[in-house]
Amino acid sequence: MADFALPKNSKIKKGRHYTAKPGAKKVRTFHVYRWDPDTGENPRMDSFEVDVSNTPMVLDVLLKIKNEIDPTLTLRRSCREGICGSCAMNINGGNTLACTKALHDLPEGDVKIYPLPHMPVVKDLVPDLTHFYAQYASIKPWLRTQSAPPDRERLQSPEERKKLDGLYECILCACCSTSCPSYWWNPDRYLGPAILLQAYRWIIDSRDEDTGARLDDLEDPFRLYRCHTIMNCTNTCPKHLNPAQAIGEIKQLMVKRTV
Amino acid sequence: MSSQPQHVQDMRTPLKRVRALGAARSGVGHWWWQRLTAVALVPLCLWFVWLVLRLPHLDFASAHVLVATPWNTLLLILFTAIGFWHGQLGLQVIIEDYVHTRWIELTLLIAIKFLAVIGALACALAALNIWLAVY
Repeated sequence: MADFALPKNSKIKKGRHYTAKPGAKKVRTFHVYRWDPDTGENPRMDSFEVDVSNTPMVLDVLLKIKNEIDPTLTLRRSCREGICGSCAMNINGGNTLACTKALHDLPEGDVKIYPLPHMPVVKDLVPDLTHFYAQYASIKPWLRTQSAPPDRERLQSPEERKKLDGLYECILCACCSTSCPSYWWNPDRYLGPAILLQAYRWIIDSRDEDTGARLDDLEDPFRLYRCHTIMNCTNTCPKHLNPAQAIGEIKQLMVKRTV
Repeated sequence: MSSQPQHVQDMRTPLKRVRALGAARSGVGHWWWQRLTAVALVPLCLWFVWLVLRLPHLDFASAHVLVATPWNTLLLILFTAIGFWHGQLGLQVIIEDYVHTRWIELTLLIAIKFLAVIGALACALAALNIWLAVY
């Protein structure tokens, strides 16, 4: 059966509390998930009182904690402007990018920060995305053609190019897939919203000649049809894309070539 | 994730694990029939509510006559058969979603198919029985 309770060694304990430094102007408390594979201890929630007067974004707060309070806090981050997808995490119950989540957009009070849900944790806020990336590789996300390559660029009309809008912007941060209950229960066989949106991006590309084979590879009760239109993906996408709609379009194409 | 016993070291690459046995090349039929039966059940449910609401005002004999009118018998058989069909399609998805012990999953998947056929046939027999008793 699906596991509804955490195994014993995954139960989250109360962690350390760090009080604000004297003279702090604007204090807010952040509860952060911590787990270190080297200690063999259970995960814990540390709470940090942070002066947020010069930290507009959640990522700024986490880096301030790492720089000034606890250098062992581990997280991924790179571009700090929502284009690399590294700092995807669960903030106050929703998956999003720490770098584009402003503190003033969060409800008043304490902030809880966890790694992306239902993924193996490498350390603290770093999830293991190996399987997610392998799923991306499995859809062969590149232009597949049989016609001889032209001497110049492969042409596409403005209308054909327009079909890629809302798809090409995906940064593969995994916020949507890890918010999807279907992906939680069947991550081994269901491709999840992010990968299916990427698959649709190639299916709908006017220059790609392997559309049928792409649909063949998705036609599976689990790979595609575990999507039950729960819509968590669309709700949580930090880039405001609509993976659920992309999946719906794939399902329509499946019917179109059958019925 | 793996069908191998736990003590067997899994040295497969992540891509090999994801690709597994390949796409089943099915699923669109299930999706299509689930929607088709859902659409059919909309008018059938409305008709069934109408039938049930009429029954309290009738005694046993006239209720029999009402059910035994050819249209009502036909619609009753359609309603129950399509209802069971739609129901087992939905149950199948729930079992595939949540039951991950393979033998329990398979047992349940087979059981719901059998029970749906038995249920649909029993309902059809009952409706025909009433029809035959009246005519």
